[in-house]
Amino acid sequence: MSERLSVLKTYKLYVGGKFPRSESGRVYEVTDSKGKWLANAPQSSRKDARDAVVAARKAFGGWSGATAYNRGQILYRVAEMLEGRRSQFAREVADAEGLSKSKATEQVEATIDRWVWYAGWTDKIAQVLGGANPVAGPFFNLSTPEPTGVVAVLAPQESSFLGLVSVVAPVIATGNTAVVIASEKSPLPALSLGEVLATSDLPGGVVNILSGRTAEIAAPLAAHQDVNAIDLAGADDALAKELEIAAADNLKRVLRPQPVDHAATPGIDRMTAFLETKTVWHPTGSLGASGSSY
Amino acid sequence: MPTNAPTAAHSLSDVAASDSTLRRFLHGLPGVDAVGLEARAASLGTRSIKTTAKAYAIDLAISMVDLTTLEGADTPGKVRALGAKAVHPDPTDRTTPATAAVCVYPDMVAAAKEAVAGSSVKVASVATAFPAGRAPIDVKLADVREAIAAGADEIDMVIDRGAFLAGRYMKVYDEITAVKEACGTDARLKVIFETGELSTYDNIRRASWLGMLAGADFIKTSTGKVAVNATPANTLLMLEAVRDFRAATGVQVGVKPAGGIRTTKDAIKFLVLVNETVGEDWLDNHWFRFGASSLLNDLLMQRQKLATGRYSGPDYVTVD
Amino acid sequence: MASAFAYAPAPESRSVVDIAPSYGLFIDGEFTEAADGKVFKTVSPSTEEVLSEIAQAGEADVDRAVRAARKAFEKWSALPGAERAKYLFRIARIIQERSRELAVLETLDNGKPIRETRDADLPLVAAHFFYYAGWADKLGHAGFGVNPRPLGVAGQVIPWNFPLLMLAWKIAPALAAGNTVVLKPAETTPLSALFFADICRQAGLPKGVVNILPGYGDAGAALVAHPGVDKVAFTGSTAVGKEIARTVAGTRKKLTLELGGKGANIVFDDAPIDQAVEGIVNGIFFNQGQVCCAGSRLLVQESIQDELLDSLKRRLSTLRLGDPLDKNTDIGAINSAEQLARITALAEQGEAEGAERWSPACELPESGYWFAPTLFTNVTQAHTIARDEIFGPVLSVLTFRTPDEAVAKANNTPYGLSAGIWTEKGSRILAVANKLRAGVVWSNTFNKFDPTSPFGGYKESGFGREGGRHGLEAYLDV
Repeated sequence: MSERLSVLKTYKLYVGGKFPRSESGRVYEVTDSKGKWLANAPQSSRKDARDAVVAARKAFGGWSGATAYNRGQILYRVAEMLEGRRSQFAREVADAEGLSKSKATEQVEATIDRWVWYAGWTDKIAQVLGGANPVAGPFFNLSTPEPTGVVAVLAPQESSFLGLVSVVAPVIATGNTAVVIASEKSPLPALSLGEVLATSDLPGGVVNILSGRTAEIAAPLAAHQDVNAIDLAGADDALAKELEIAAADNLKRVLRPQPVDHAATPGIDRMTAFLETKTVWHPTGSLGASGSSY
Repeated sequence: MPTNAPTAAHSLSDVAASDSTLRRFLHGLPGVDAVGLEARAASLGTRSIKTTAKAYAIDLAISMVDLTTLEGADTPGKVRALGAKAVHPDPTDRTTPATAAVCVYPDMVAAAKEAVAGSSVKVASVATAFPAGRAPIDVKLADVREAIAAGADEIDMVIDRGAFLAGRYMKVYDEITAVKEACGTDARLKVIFETGELSTYDNIRRASWLGMLAGADFIKTSTGKVAVNATPANTLLMLEAVRDFRAATGVQVGVKPAGGIRTTKDAIKFLVLVNETVGEDWLDNHWFRFGASSLLNDLLMQRQKLATGRYSGPDYVTVD
Repeated sequence: MASAFAYAPAPESRSVVDIAPSYGLFIDGEFTEAADGKVFKTVSPSTEEVLSEIAQAGEADVDRAVRAARKAFEKWSALPGAERAKYLFRIARIIQERSRELAVLETLDNGKPIRETRDADLPLVAAHFFYYAGWADKLGHAGFGVNPRPLGVAGQVIPWNFPLLMLAWKIAPALAAGNTVVLKPAETTPLSALFFADICRQAGLPKGVVNILPGYGDAGAALVAHPGVDKVAFTGSTAVGKEIARTVAGTRKKLTLELGGKGANIVFDDAPIDQAVEGIVNGIFFNQGQVCCAGSRLLVQESIQDELLDSLKRRLSTLRLGDPLDKNTDIGAINSAEQLARITALAEQGEAEGAERWSPACELPESGYWFAPTLFTNVTQAHTIARDEIFGPVLSVLTFRTPDEAVAKANNTPYGLSAGIWTEKGSRILAVANKLRAGVVWSNTFNKFDPTSPFGGYKESGFGREGGRHGLEAYLDV
C-alpha cells in the first residue's frame, strides 16, 4: 500500500483578521534546520506592513477599550485553542528549530502556559502599576497605565513559537495592538498561530502577523508615523540601531534587543515597556463651604 | 452709576413666575468648584498692598463699615457711643472718614438715628426676626415696619434658610419681595443668606440670584452669629453673582460681607476681591460694606501707623 | 487701566540674593573655569541687565565632569540608602531655608513673577527633594525588584522655563536611586543651578556626585553622546528630543524625554464657568505660557463660546504685567530675545492665516522681552497656532459641539502631554479623561504639580515619567 500523499498547507499572512497573501505576490522558501523544504511563506512587502498598521490602528480603539476581564478571557481562549492543536505546533516547532518531538512539545506547552500567564495579568497590571497619589492639596490624583497604541514587534529569530508568544502576548494583554514580524527563517509557527487567534474571539487587527525579510518589513514600520512603539527583539545590533534611529522620528517607545531566557517566568517589563502612565487630577475640597482661612 | 431698578423690571422678570421656573433657573446656574473658588480667593489674598494703596484702602474700608452692635445687652447708651464713633471714628484726626452706617436692632433705631443726626452715617437695622428668622411672616414684616417707622435707612433681613434648604425657593422669594415692599422706596434692603448655614457654594450662588431677583439692594453673607461668617471665598462668589446679575439685567446690587473680618489685612483682602472681580464701580460704600465692629479700631490703628510711622496701640483708639 | 484702587509698587527686595560677577563650572566639588576659558553672560530678561558671567562648558569639560561623576558613583551607589536619604533631606531643608533667596534669583534670571517662584517653583523644588529623599532607602519596595540597582552616571539636560524645578525633577530621583549626575542647565538660566551647587556644598554632598555644567546646546550634545554616560534625561523641545533619541540609538543608555505639548483645555457647557476661566488663565499664562504642559488650545463648547470668551477677556484685562519682582505681578518677561521672536513670529502667522487676535490693553515695559497676553479666536485645527507649540502667552480658541468631537480634536496632535476637562458631570469627566491621549489630565483644575504625581507625555511629548514611584524607574536598572 502506498503512503498517503499529505495535503500541504499554503501559509498566509494574518492581517486585520483575514488571511491574505502578500500583496507583492512574493513567497520565499522555508526549510527545516536540515535544509528540507517545508513551505513557501509569503514574503511581505512594505505595503503589507502598511496594511497591517492600518488594521492594527483600526482595532486599537475597541481592544484598548475592552474590559481587562474580557481581554483576559480572550487570551485564555487562545491557550485553550492551542491546547487542542499541540501536536500540530509541536511538529512545526520541531521542524523550525530542529528539536526533538519531546523538546518541541515542551516548547509548545510552555507557550500555552505563557498565554495563560498573560491572560491572568490583564486585570492586575493596572493595580500593580497604578494607584492614587497622595498629593499635597485638595485633589484626587490617580495614575493608571494605558496601552501606548500600535506596537511593531520583531519576533525573536531563534525561538519561533515560545519566543514569539513571549513578545506578542504582553503587548496585547495590556490593550495594545500588534504588527508582528515572524522569525525570518522559521515563520511557520507564527503563521499558524494566526489561525488560532482567528478562532479565539480575538478581534481582527489586534494581532497582525507578517512573514518575510525582517529588515525589509521592519524599516517601514520603524519609520511609520502611526506606529507608537517597536520591540526590537528579533533585530541584530546593526539593524536595531538603524531601526531605533528611524523610530526617533515620531519618538516611538523602543524596546531594545536583550538576552532573554524564554523558558523563565517573564517579569512585567515587556508589559511596562508599552504602557503609558496617565495621571488624572480632580479637586476634592470639603463637603461644605465651611470657609477657607484668610 | 447705575441705580436700583424697581423689582422685576428686568429681563429676568419671568424667572419667578412660578416655583418651578424659579427652581429651574436657580438650578441652571453654573456650578461652583469649591477648590477652584477658594484657590482664586487665596491667590488674590496674596496681593501686596503698600504705602499709597494701603492708605487709600484703609480710608475706603473705614467708609464702608457698617459699625455693628447686635447684643442682647445693647442699650441706648451703647448705641449712642457707637453712633458717635461712626461719625468721627478717630477723635484725634478729623480727616478720618465716617463709617457708612451703624447697624442695630429695630428697637435701637431711634437712639441710633439721634446719635448720627446731621452726618452722612446711615442707620441700618436688622429685622425679620434676626438672626434665626424663625417667625411668622407677619411678625417679620411688623419688625421691618417698626424699624422703618423709627427711621431706619436700611434694613438687613435674614432669609428663611429652612425654606431654602427644603427647596422652597418661592417662599424665600415671596418673603424678600414682601420685605422689600415694606421697605418702601427710601430704605435699601440688604438680604442676609447666612452662608454658613447654606453650607455649599452652589447654594450661595443660588441664594444670591434668588435675593437679587427678588429685589435685594445688597446681598449679605451672614449674621455674624454662626460659626462661619464672611470668608474671602463666599464673598468672591457673591461678587461674581452681582457682576453677572448686572451684566444680565443692568441692575447693580451691593455686597456686604459680615462677621469675622477683624483686621485691616483682612479688610484689604476683601477690597482686592472687589477691585479685581467687579472693579471700581463697586469700590464705594453705596455698593460694598463691611459688617463689623472690632475691625474699625484696627483700621484706625493702621491709619495712625501710616500717618506717624509708629505702631499704634489700643489706648489710642476708642473703646466702644 | 487707571483704577481708583491702584496698587503701589511692591517689589520684593533684591538684597536677599548676592550674585557674584562670575561663576565657574561645578565639577568634582569645585568651581572651575572651562578648559578653553570660554564664558557667556546671563541677563535678566525683564531689564536686559547682565547678571553674571558664566564659564561655558565644552567637550573637554563634559569629559572631565563625566569622569568625576563616574569616580563618585562607586562610593555613592555603595552608600546605604538611608545615608543617601539624609543627604537629600539636608538638601531639601537647605532649599527651604534659602527659598526666598532662590526665588528672587530665579525671578531675576528667568523673568517669571516672584509670585510664581515664591509660591510655586520653590515649594515644589523643596518638596521634590523631600519626596525622593524618602525613597532612597526604600527602593526595594518600589516594585522594581528587591534590590534594584542604579544605572551609573546620569547626563541631564534641562530647560529654562523652570530652571530649579527641572533640576529637582532630574537630580532628586537620580541621587535617591544611587546614580551620580552631570547636569547642564539652559544657557539663559544657569544661575539657580550654580546656587544649587553651593547647596550641595552646604549639605556636605560628596564631591563629584553632582556636577553642573552651564553651557549651550553643544555641551548638551556632548554630554548626551559621551560614552561614559549610562542614562540620559532631557526636558526641552521635541526637535532636540528626537536628535537625542537618534544619538543614543544602538547604545545601552537609558533614555527619558519630556518634550513639547499642545494641551487642549476642554470646556463643556455645564462647566463651573468662573473656575474654568481661572483654569484657562492659569493654563496658558502661568509662567508666560512657557510651559510644556500649557493649555494652549482652548476647546470650548460652541453653545457657551460667547459667554465664556466675554468672561475670559474681562479676566485677562485684570492681569498685571510688569516688573517680575513686584509681588503683584501676574505676567513677567519672556525668557529671551530668541523666544520672544519665536512667539512673535507664530502670533503673526496666526493673524496671517486669518485668526482673530485680541489682547487686553496692556503697556509693555521699554526694556526687556515682553509679550502681551494674547488670545486668538476663529482658530481651526488647520491653523499653525492650533498645531505648533508656541511656548508663550498665546491662547488659541477652537470650538466643538459634542464630547466626541472635543476628544477627537484634543487628540488631533502629535503631542500628548496634558489636557484639561471642565464639566460638572462626573461621568463625562471620566469618559473624556479615559479617551484623551495625554499623560496628565486635569479635570476642573489645571497646571497642578506634585512630587508624588507622575508627569510625562504620550506620543511626541516624550516618554518616561517624572515624579512619584514611577519617576524612580528612569534611574534604576530595570
